Amino acid sequence: MTDSEKADISRLIQLLGPGILDVLSGKQIELEHVELELGELELWLPLGGGVQVHQVPTDYSNLQKNPEERKYIRPDSLLEDSFQLQDDCFPAKIREITLGATRSEGGTRDNTVTVGGSSSLPFHNPHSLPPHPPVISLDVFDTAVSMPKALKNHLTDVMYDPASWAKQNVEQYGADMITVHLLSTDPLIQDKSPKDAAKTVEEVLQAVKVPLIIGGCGDPKKDAKTFTEIAEMAEGERLLLNSVTTDMADAKTLEPVCTAADKYGHCLLGFTGLDLNSAKELNRRIYQYFPADRLLMDLTTVALGYGLEYSFSIHERARMAALMGDAELQHPTLSACTNAWSAREAWMDLGPLFGKNDLRGPLWETIGGLTLLLAGVDLFLMMHPLAVSTLKDVAGKLIKHSHTTPDQADWVSMKI
Amino acid sequence: MEKEHKKGIREISPIDVYKLLPRTNCGECGEANCMAFATKVVNGETSIVNCPPLYTQKYSKELDKLEELLAPLVQSVSFGTGGNAITIGGKHVLFRHEFTYQNPTPIAIDLSDDMAPDVISARIKRVIDFSYTYIGRPLKLDSLALRSVTKDPTRFRELVQIVCNSCQIPLILCSTEPDIIAAGLSVCAERKPLIFAITKDNWETMGELVLRYSCPVVVSAPGDLSLLRSLVKTLKEWGIDQMVLDPGTYHSDQIGKTIFQNTAIRKAACKDFDPFFGYPILGTPISVWNGQELSEELNRWQEAYLASMLITRYADLLIMHSLEGWVLLPQLIWRFGIYTDPRKPVSVDPGVRTFGNPDKNSPVLITSNYALTFFTVESDIKTAKIDCFLIVIDTGGLSVEAAVAGRYLSAVKIADSIRDMNVGDFVIHRYLIIPGLAARLSGETEEETGWRVLVGPRDSSGIGQMIRERWPPTEE
Repeated sequence: MTDSEKADISRLIQLLGPGILDVLSGKQIELEHVELELGELELWLPLGGGVQVHQVPTDYSNLQKNPEERKYIRPDSLLEDSFQLQDDCFPAKIREITLGATRSEGGTRDNTVTVGGSSSLPFHNPHSLPPHPPVISLDVFDTAVSMPKALKNHLTDVMYDPASWAKQNVEQYGADMITVHLLSTDPLIQDKSPKDAAKTVEEVLQAVKVPLIIGGCGDPKKDAKTFTEIAEMAEGERLLLNSVTTDMADAKTLEPVCTAADKYGHCLLGFTGLDLNSAKELNRRIYQYFPADRLLMDLTTVALGYGLEYSFSIHERARMAALMGDAELQHPTLSACTNAWSAREAWMDLGPLFGKNDLRGPLWETIGGLTLLLAGVDLFLMMHPLAVSTLKDVAGKLIKHSHTTPDQADWVSMKI
Repeated sequence: MEKEHKKGIREISPIDVYKLLPRTNCGECGEANCMAFATKVVNGETSIVNCPPLYTQKYSKELDKLEELLAPLVQSVSFGTGGNAITIGGKHVLFRHEFTYQNPTPIAIDLSDDMAPDVISARIKRVIDFSYTYIGRPLKLDSLALRSVTKDPTRFRELVQIVCNSCQIPLILCSTEPDIIAAGLSVCAERKPLIFAITKDNWETMGELVLRYSCPVVVSAPGDLSLLRSLVKTLKEWGIDQMVLDPGTYHSDQIGKTIFQNTAIRKAACKDFDPFFGYPILGTPISVWNGQELSEELNRWQEAYLASMLITRYADLLIMHSLEGWVLLPQLIWRFGIYTDPRKPVSVDPGVRTFGNPDKNSPVLITSNYALTFFTVESDIKTAKIDCFLIVIDTGGLSVEAAVAGRYLSAVKIADSIRDMNVGDFVIHRYLIIPGLAARLSGETEEETGWRVLVGPRDSSGIGQMIRERWPPTEE
């Protein structure tokens, strides 16, 4: 089967819904206008004991319509029933990608991080959890950027020194990775040369031993030059280049960036704006020059209050489609949670009723991150230490879920 | 007996609905014909209650069938009365992108019978007054949850009385003791409060109460989904049908339990058509206040992020303790967002919008066509009462910041838009106000357009001040 045929069948399985279980368990159902061989389906729905049909009780005598026709009588005792958790089974999984490389792997990092590998919906079932905890990368900028006070407070000593800033992120705030934003390369800001940018990256590589993400300035031509330069300088480090875009394809710079990233052993992040079709299209273009198993996706993260729900739904759709077999979406995803700070509610003084923004801001970043964690995002770009520690804490507890049931503390009669 | 799956909302075609409508094309619903109405019904854009003929004797059979056909997989449950009544549940789907989530999660704030009268009235006032204007709409709190802490029926009745005397907000009466609930109901039964809760230990007596007063009730079985199902099955058999499910809200180390249980319940309802789990789910972020010898600030922090996760993962009603604005504001905004129509376009039409009564000397501002950017700017301009022209540029539905980064908003794009929209005809000056987040386009934009550029505030809330201080511009 070709990929597109597989995708069609996946869609079909979705359309058929619960009825497909009857087909697979040997019961007959009638399919209208559909020709399908069972053999094709078996490729896509593993049958090895994973799929259980939840037994809906067949006694419907108490569920009939027109309740007034029945005389209700209190049952003598509790009518015992049970609930069996169903295990989810999906025909496909998300690619697993390792970022950073140790000395033995050709880089200079002390450790690597691995993202992706999920084979079921995020935190839907305690029996099928993601194989890796989410990864958190903290930002470092190579030039002055305006940011809210709540963020700046933690950065006064390191603001103009990317290497020290990176070190602080790792040592004090537990960053799994560092993102170096090379904003100074922007032709409209300082137009620093790719060589200057490479030098900054080199300094950060020496200052910290965690894997790095390299952020460009957004100019498709300039970023291509910068990324190519850095790819060569940091050969073997397995950097994540953030990002490649449809604009690069239009500016004919996609191929050189992909080729350089491939040649020197790095990973790429494809960035698209809240549109799965463009994400798939960009990925198809990237596959021409770059291996799919080193590509991550940024589907765009919008701040709470400014469209977080769009980001949430697009991540849920992408993950579902990927697990159902859409190979063009089976990439780990990245979220720039720091976009939370573009919401005025995160930083503006809203008067005494809404409290000081020293907690409101980090909460804004935290909620954005937790929401997208529940939608399946694998890698988070963050800034505020409180948001970082909360996301890490909650994700850790979700992923190491214990199956014992503690006594629930009573909230009804507690004294607060 | 034959097992038959109910059709999910997405499997229903307009024809299924059309066949059961009067098909007279009378137009009383405001649509051109019955088919157009049927299409809107299946899309969730209108409801069959808007078809008056359907509610006449002649069509009673069809109405029954339609109600059955369109019934949500998660039943709707209402509490409170009149204009203040709250409906929860009524969900058709598991995933937001499948079909608009119905009935945004109400937030109830707790009051307990050991609180001093002045604390009680201050909290009630705070709940009533709490409001935040978000893209032109007020976001508010919804309900009060009254808890029996003293376990004294008289004290509880007094609390209910005080609350009933001071407001019309829908109530949740919280105690697992039937005597205490009975004391509360003796003064507020006509307000149709939601009762918390029926448990395995009190179901017989609490069930009698609920039936006698015909109030909706929460069925509580923390951490035990089999017991929860057994209770629901038993109560249903007994004729109780207005139920809300409480699988227990766990926090801290056990936060996963909350997420997994809620998901299992909602999946059973929406994917397996489980009749015993097809009810709204209660979430109680207030739980974080128990069992922790931590600072109040930390409790509030935990309650805040737990509440947002519960809104995301299928809670249809929340009970909270914190009344701090920083805790509640993100919940109100997130529930607003997640309950919007997922098919709603991300963008608005590009073009020139006018505000107030602009003339040839009025300011010209620029923004992106990302819907939420536009609505925010629109609301800020209206609040500031400015007469101006707003040029909405097609940025592919991206916000200003993302559009500048991705080159969807560029000097050339601005120049093209100004020309195509004939902006030069509207004003005699040649000044453009661009968003602060697009500041770096100012030089290029001056070259491309030949207009002078004024860089506006980074946040549109500053537009009013900027115009007051810097308009009309003075040549330097």
